[in-house]
Amino acid sequence: MAENSNGIARRHFLKDSLWGACLAFLGGITGFLVSKFRKTETVWQIDPYKCIACGNCATYCVLEKSAVKCVHAYAICGYCRICFGFFGPEPFDINEGAENQLCPTGAIKRTFVEDPYYEYTIDESLCIGCGKCVKGCNTFGNGSLFLQVRHDRCLNCNECSIAAACPSGAHKRVPANKPYILKKVDHA
Amino acid sequence: MIRFGYIIIGISFFLIFCPAPIVYGGRYGLTLSLAPGSGSIGAGSAVERFPPPEFESGYQQPLTTTPAPRQSIYEYIDAVVLLVVLGLSSYLVLKKRSRRAIFILMVFSLVYFGFWRKGCVCPIGATQNIVLSIFDRDYVVPVVTAVFFLSPLVFTLFFGRTFCAAVCPLGALQDFVLLSAHGGVSVPNWLESGLRLFAYVYLGMAVLFAATGSAFIICRYDPFVSFFRLSGNFNILVLGACFLVVGVFIGRPYCRFVCPYGVILRQLSRISKWRVTITPDECVKCRLCEDSCPFGAIREPTANWPIYEYGKGKKRLAFFIILLPVLIFLGGWLGSSLKTVTSRMHDTVRLAERVYLEETGQVEGTTDASLAFRATGKEAKELYGEASDIRAQFGPVGSLLGGFVGLVIGLKLIGLSVWRQRTDYVPDRASCLACGRCFQYCPREHVRLKNAKEARQGRGESS
Repeated sequence: MAENSNGIARRHFLKDSLWGACLAFLGGITGFLVSKFRKTETVWQIDPYKCIACGNCATYCVLEKSAVKCVHAYAICGYCRICFGFFGPEPFDINEGAENQLCPTGAIKRTFVEDPYYEYTIDESLCIGCGKCVKGCNTFGNGSLFLQVRHDRCLNCNECSIAAACPSGAHKRVPANKPYILKKVDHA
Repeated sequence: MIRFGYIIIGISFFLIFCPAPIVYGGRYGLTLSLAPGSGSIGAGSAVERFPPPEFESGYQQPLTTTPAPRQSIYEYIDAVVLLVVLGLSSYLVLKKRSRRAIFILMVFSLVYFGFWRKGCVCPIGATQNIVLSIFDRDYVVPVVTAVFFLSPLVFTLFFGRTFCAAVCPLGALQDFVLLSAHGGVSVPNWLESGLRLFAYVYLGMAVLFAATGSAFIICRYDPFVSFFRLSGNFNILVLGACFLVVGVFIGRPYCRFVCPYGVILRQLSRISKWRVTITPDECVKCRLCEDSCPFGAIREPTANWPIYEYGKGKKRLAFFIILLPVLIFLGGWLGSSLKTVTSRMHDTVRLAERVYLEETGQVEGTTDASLAFRATGKEAKELYGEASDIRAQFGPVGSLLGGFVGLVIGLKLIGLSVWRQRTDYVPDRASCLACGRCFQYCPREHVRLKNAKEARQGRGESS
């Protein structure tokens, strides 16, 4: 009898120490995380200087309408009459006709400013983030059109499915207090 | 070649329709000579081929809008809600013992953490963030993610798997579709143990890929998150639908056979301070609760070890104990020798292999990734170096993973050949999801409820 209760006591002791060890281990993880802690919440963003406008952003986002949209850095824009982000490679005519446009959803609006300049604005409710205009503008123009994750739409998934599909490693986590990487004027 | 053609077209367009006055001629010469070199985009910063005009009509340039991300205060609210729901769930399971209340809380969690918060971030996926932060010096786990990972573990250490009962939205979704409270398809014990091995392997792989910074596979293959978002990858949606259809007949298949976080919770639940009991006080061995558990987590009383089995069982146990280190070693060796395959999960390794094939002329054509790499102007040798460093990491971490799987298999074999003595009907400490279905099957529970009701009425009359 005495032997038996000893056995039970030993088992209890072992179990309690194991329990304590587990709690201490969790405490250790907490301590480790706290020691590493810096105030950096992160969000996903595209580095426009790495982006190759492959079009994955339009299809891989978990949202039905991608959180990635084209944005326009007006300060870099040349306000060209012939915009390679707006017109297809061989436009039938230089006007706003749908058949001349590169954008598959007609999300870019072209408005006359003064001769010979035109302003191009993006209607984000139409833009699907396919990057066709980005490719055109970067190849022949100033590169003032580029893709960005729009944080009013982005769900900030733990693993971004666009990032997993990005061929150039342009999708990355950035500090939440600087959630955009906008292209800057690059005067020589 | 096509790109070069475009450039020619571009330049000719540019010359014909040039929008700026000739005054800029000198700068045009400069930009034109730049154009062919930077034909592929992403090669560097924006090239000013067309200098921004100076407007005379008083036109104001609009600013690029930057809508702000979701305020982090909401995420802290999520963490607080998680803690409150965990506490409430533990109270309902252990003190109140009411299946109905647990169910209502479960529906709340399904709506809040699932459909409202879109199921992300969840404690299951947060495991990977913790692992990544241990291996990657630069990665910092957000506070909320850390709370999501740690608090269910701590609660499990105290109260058992009350997180699974009413907090986890993935569990809640499966529990919601489970039709038969009992008598559904019961999975035999050996099959359950075998299928559960997958969860251990899954956890191991998730740790391997998170530690090497390759991918978060738990998030990538989460079958239910697309239901919460009501959109997502079609294949994953089909996978989730399959889990739910199976889940109508077999209780919570994801939780029992796949969930990698459940693997950790199981081990902590084994040694929890308090836990679910079927009966509120004593077991009368009436067998009424025997079939009440849809997750096969109720263990029946056992007879003494049959004497003719004793010698055989002892030998088998000794054999498995000797086998354990062999299994660990084998697993470790296998895990490390698979590094060529497993390391392909990492982008850089995949890219390096592709570039190597292209450079040596073994494949024709290019991919988006190899084009993007060429556009950076980096040396292929540099890339190969990076890739082989990453592959080298997969060796030791892979052998740890393999050793872990070997250990799990060994311990499982040992566990199956140990004769445990039970005198009562008890929930299995590891497998019990604390859903509370068995409570109402126990006659002692009905006695308790009746007594409690009488005590309440008695108090009501006396006051």
